[in-house]
Amino acid sequence: MRVGIPRTLSFFTLYPLLKPFFDGLGVEVVVSPASNKALLDEGVKDTVNDACVPIKLFHGHVVALKDKVDVLFMPRIISLDGKNTLCPKFLGLPDMVKYSVSNLPEIIETRLDMKKGKMEIYRFLYRVGKRFTDNKVKILRAIWHARYKFSRYRKLLLKGLTPEEAFTCLHTGQEPPHKEQSGQIKLAVLGYPYTIYDDYISVGLLDMLREQGVRVYTAEMVPEEAMKRMSKKLPKNLFWYYSNRVVWGSQYYINEQNIDGIIHVTAFSCGPDSMTNKLVELEAKQHQPKIPFLTITVDEHTGEAGVATRVEAFVDLIKRKKGII
Amino acid sequence: MKISFPYMGTSHIVVSYLFEKLGFEVIYPPTPSKRTLSLGVQYAPEFACLPFKIVLGTYLEVVEKGAEILITSGGCGPCRAGYYGELHKRILHDLGYPVEMIVIEPPLVEPLDFLRKLHKIVKPKGIFNLLHYGRIALEKLKALDVVESTLHELRPLALDKQQINQAYIEGLELIRQADSVKEVIEAKKAALEMLESVPADHTFKPLRIGLIGEIYVVLEPAANHDIERLLGERGAYVHRSIFLANWTRDNVLAHGEKDIRAMAIPYLNQMVGGHGQNSVGEVVRYAEEGFDGVIQLAPFTCIPEIVAKSIMPAVSRDKNIPVMTLFLDEQTGQAGIETRIEAFLDLLWQKRKKQEAS
Ligand code: SF4
Ligand code: SF4
Repeated sequence: MRVGIPRTLSFFTLYPLLKPFFDGLGVEVVVSPASNKALLDEGVKDTVNDACVPIKLFHGHVVALKDKVDVLFMPRIISLDGKNTLCPKFLGLPDMVKYSVSNLPEIIETRLDMKKGKMEIYRFLYRVGKRFTDNKVKILRAIWHARYKFSRYRKLLLKGLTPEEAFTCLHTGQEPPHKEQSGQIKLAVLGYPYTIYDDYISVGLLDMLREQGVRVYTAEMVPEEAMKRMSKKLPKNLFWYYSNRVVWGSQYYINEQNIDGIIHVTAFSCGPDSMTNKLVELEAKQHQPKIPFLTITVDEHTGEAGVATRVEAFVDLIKRKKGII
Repeated sequence: MKISFPYMGTSHIVVSYLFEKLGFEVIYPPTPSKRTLSLGVQYAPEFACLPFKIVLGTYLEVVEKGAEILITSGGCGPCRAGYYGELHKRILHDLGYPVEMIVIEPPLVEPLDFLRKLHKIVKPKGIFNLLHYGRIALEKLKALDVVESTLHELRPLALDKQQINQAYIEGLELIRQADSVKEVIEAKKAALEMLESVPADHTFKPLRIGLIGEIYVVLEPAANHDIERLLGERGAYVHRSIFLANWTRDNVLAHGEKDIRAMAIPYLNQMVGGHGQNSVGEVVRYAEEGFDGVIQLAPFTCIPEIVAKSIMPAVSRDKNIPVMTLFLDEQTGQAGIETRIEAFLDLLWQKRKKQEAS
C-alpha cells in the first residue's frame, strides 16, 4: 500500500506528522518531487487559469503522484488553530482537484477542523488510520510516535532550520547543526510556508539573502506565545491561518525584534494576500521609525534575475541607511 | 453628521432614504464611473477584488464631498468581504482622511457590537422612528425587487428596448419618492403598469438565462457592464439568483439559503465563503428548472468563485446546461463582454433548435 503526499501547500506544516504516522501503520509514503517547471506546466494545464500559482502547482504535484500510488492524501483542512480557517481554496481543494484532474486513484479527503477541539488532530489521524487498518492499537501507537516527531519538528523550525533541514534531522535522528546566523542586517521574510520554503516558487530567495549578508527571520521562527500576544494587537484580525501568521509575525519583528526591514513574498493573484500585504505595508510604514518594506510577487514566469536585482537594491538601501556601506 | 455608504445596484435608494429619516445628512454616493474605478485602482492593493476597488473609489468620492461617517457591513470570513471595512478605513486614514467607519457585523455573530452600533446610528431620533421607517425601507426593497424582475421578464419581449429601459428608470424614481408603506405599494403598482404598457411581442419565447456569481458584480451594473441590459436587449430573459430583499433576509439577519447549498453538496460539500457554494447549487437548480444556460460573474482573483469555476465543468456536463464564466476586472472592456455574450447566446439558440427538432 502506497500513499502519495503532494510536496506543497500544507506539506511544510504537516509532513513531519504524517510521515511517522504512516510509517507506524506500515504504509509506504511517496512524496512528489521538489517543485519544478515540468510540474508547474502540468498543473497550469489542469487548473482554471485564474487560480494562484500554489494551487496550480498543487495540481501538478497530484499529476506527478497519481499513477505511482494507491491512495492520494489530500485532506480538507478547514482550521489548524481552532480559530481561523484556511484560505477558501484549501477548503475546496479536494473538489477542485477531483473535477480538474482525471484518472485519479482513491483520495483521502478527511476533514481536519481544529475548531472542534484540541484533540481533533488525533481524531483526524485516527479516522485516516482506519482506512488502512482495523488494528486500533497500531493506529494509536502510530499517533503517539507521530506526535512526538511533530513537536520536535516545530522546535527545530523555531531554532531557524528550514523545513528540509528539519526533515533531515528528524529522519536521521541527528542533532541539528548549530545555526548561528551571521550577517550585518536582519530581515523578516514573511510569506506562506509553501511559497518561501519552496525554492522553485521563491527562486531561492532565502539563500540569495544569506549570501548577501542578511540574517533571515521567518514566521516559523516566532514562538507561539509571541504569536498569541501579537494576535491581540490589531483591531480586527484577518480570517485565514497562514495570513494571520504573516501579519502577527511582522508585528513581532517590527515591535519586539528591531528588524531592519521586511520582505513580503506573495503569489500572483493570491486573494488573501491582497489584504495581508496592504496590512503589513501600512504597519511597517506607520511604525516609528518607518520600516523599509518590499513586496516580491511570484508567478509562473518569475525569473531569478529579476528577483535578485530587486532584493539586492533593497538590501543595499538598508545597509546604506545603517552606514554599513 | 454627514454619512455615506457603498453603492451597489439599486440599494442606495433604500439606504439613503433610511439614513435621512434617521436624521443624518446623506452624501449620495455617485453611480460608479470610470473615475470611481480609477481612484479605487490607484489606492487599492493590486490583487484586491473588483468590488473592493470600486467601493474604495466610491469612498474617496464621498469623502471629497464631505462625508464624515462611512457605514458598511462586516463579516467573519472565510472570504475577504468581511475585512473590507477595516482595510478601507486604514487606507483612507493613511491618505489623510480622518473618516469614521462604522462596520456593522452580522447581529447573530456579534450581537453586542451590533446593538452598540445600532444605538449610535439610531440615537438621534429614537428606536420607534427606526421601526417606522425601517418598515417602509423594507417595503421599498421588496418593491425594487419586483419591479426589477418584471423588467427582466418584459425586456426581451419589448419592441422598443429604449422605451422599456426608460420606463424602468421612471419607475425607480417613483419608488424613491414614496414616503409611506401605502405610497410604496402605489409606486410599485404604477411602475409595473409603466413596464407593462410598453408594446411587446408576447409570442416570443426568449432564451432563459440564470445569472449567478459574486453579489457585488451581479448586482452592480457598473461592475458588470450592465450585463442584464445587454442580455435583455438581445432577447434573453435573465433570472438573477440574488435579489436585495432576499439577500438582506438571508445574510444580514441570519445565515440562510440552505436549499441552494444542499443542491451543491454532491459537488462541493463545503462552504467556501462568498457565493461559491451557492453558485454551484444554483447551476443545478437552473438546470432542473429547464433554463437554457447560466452565466457566472466573478471578480478577478475572487476566491470562492474560482473554486466554483473549477467544479463548474462537471456540473455543466452532468446536468447538460452550458455555463459561461466571466471574470471581471478594471481592464475588462464592454466590447469583449458583448462578443462573448453574443457567442454564448448563439450557442444556446443552436442547442434549443436541436432540442426542438428532436
Ligand atoms: S492563500 Fe493565496 S496562495 Fe494560498 S491558496 Fe489561497 S489564494 Fe492561493
Ligand atoms: S466573494 Fe470574491 S469578490 Fe467578494 S470579497 Fe470574496 S473574493 Fe472578494
